Amino acid sequence: MQGTCASLCTLHPVPCTLYLFIVIQFSHVFKSFPKGGFALKDASLHVAKGEFVFLTGHSGAGKSTMLKLMYAEQRPSSGDVRVSGFAIGELSPSEIPRLRRRLGIVFQDFRLLEDRTAEENVAFALEVTGSRRESIPGRVQRVLAQVGLAGKASAYPRELSGGEQQRVAIARALVNDPAILLADEPTGNLDERATRGVFQLLRDINAGGTCVVMATHDLDLVRQTSYRTVELREGSIVFDSGLDESNGAELP
Amino acid sequence: MRLVSREALLSFRRAPLLSALSVTTIAFSLFVVGLFGLVALNLRAALRGVEERVEVVAYLLRGTPPETIATASEDISAFPEVQTVDYVSAEQALARARTTMVEFRDVYRDLEVNPLPASLEISLKEGFRDAEHVRALADRVKAYQFVEDVRYGRDWIERLDKLRNIAGLVVMTIGLAFAVVAVVIIGTTIRMTVLQRAREIAIMRLVGASDWFVRGPFLLEGALKGFLGGALAVLLSYLGYLLFQGNQLGSGTGLVFFQPIHIALIMLFGTLLGLSASLVSVGRHLRNV
Repeated sequence: MQGTCASLCTLHPVPCTLYLFIVIQFSHVFKSFPKGGFALKDASLHVAKGEFVFLTGHSGAGKSTMLKLMYAEQRPSSGDVRVSGFAIGELSPSEIPRLRRRLGIVFQDFRLLEDRTAEENVAFALEVTGSRRESIPGRVQRVLAQVGLAGKASAYPRELSGGEQQRVAIARALVNDPAILLADEPTGNLDERATRGVFQLLRDINAGGTCVVMATHDLDLVRQTSYRTVELREGSIVFDSGLDESNGAELP
Repeated sequence: MRLVSREALLSFRRAPLLSALSVTTIAFSLFVVGLFGLVALNLRAALRGVEERVEVVAYLLRGTPPETIATASEDISAFPEVQTVDYVSAEQALARARTTMVEFRDVYRDLEVNPLPASLEISLKEGFRDAEHVRALADRVKAYQFVEDVRYGRDWIERLDKLRNIAGLVVMTIGLAFAVVAVVIIGTTIRMTVLQRAREIAIMRLVGASDWFVRGPFLLEGALKGFLGGALAVLLSYLGYLLFQGNQLGSGTGLVFFQPIHIALIMLFGTLLGLSASLVSVGRHLRNV
């Protein structure tokens, strides 16, 4: 363990103690497009337990690719990706569900089922992962209360505002008590007020100990906080505030 | 488990027409095969009786002395392929004709002279009851001077056999065609359902539903359709059987229906057909979601 730690420390000047709590690790990861070119070039990144990390950059810079690699929607072309102890490159099809049960994932477009109410959408995640039936309603109510939607449990998505729909999606992501929450442009479809609300919710979730990785191009949001920021440009990590504060000037 | 079966059952409500179509195509496919099976079953039962009666009949010239006949029949009994030799006198032949050919009873009764010849009925041992041996035996028997004519009924058995093979081929082809259509229809239904539920499936996968949870409903749906198709096929076959039975066609010989094991096999085959169709289709279409 000590040896691994030392060699890693030479790559990235992160305090060694942190390596014991690494939950996401990218080592020289390349991801090529099917038609040539790279979506991700030599990306190395370590995210510790409980961290809040922004992934920023223009569309197509590789933010979504990094997230997809994290939840094993894609596999690295080369290099090593480890998430919550799973080596994504060598994951067998039956292990993917096991990985995803430890993750919560939210998207710009919410991805709710229109023909189910808020609570049914949240319960769905528990039903299809084989939770005990009796335990489901209690857990759903608790998590809906956590996102501030206790009063709208029986509303259908079309009856909810964008911000509320995203809260339902976040509740669904949280209901399995994930160690890591991955958010791909979670505020991309929301107005300013809803954005603030959802962002605050993510901060609260992070404060509760959940690691949050959030891809966004909303730089106002990024500047509001002192969270770690990783900037991507054309598939390469060009800036990581967790590594080198002096490069902060690069951030536009 | 409950969720999986609920989803599977829901598919019948989502696409009732297509579901009914899949079930009926499987049913027809198996019905055609099953019907042939019934015909073959009955034919075999009928033929078993006939085969035992495979014999060569040697009609004797009128006035052949009984001693000659006795020696000859002993000779013939010694042939390796011969099982029994029975002498049927002219009187016996007439008596038999009167009882068996009921329609001609009056004709035979009013006869003044017996038109029927005496004969030797030679039956063959098992294993020699094929056209070749029968013909060879017939030729040898014909060589006796007092034998006027030799008859053997192998021809129509052969023809029946050939007919059975042709019918089997035709029916198998039709059955196979129906099976292919059934597989295609089941595949299409599943493709539609997969597309219709693409969102749901994507979310299931995202939150970590196991493969069984995603595929289970589709596989169960296919198997269920196959099972229902098999049951329907058995039912149709039974109706067909009753129809034949009720008709004069079946009377006398007493038609047989499937044994329970045959019924189980048809249902099993239907289930497997439905299951494999959905297995292939789900594998193909889920990849695109």
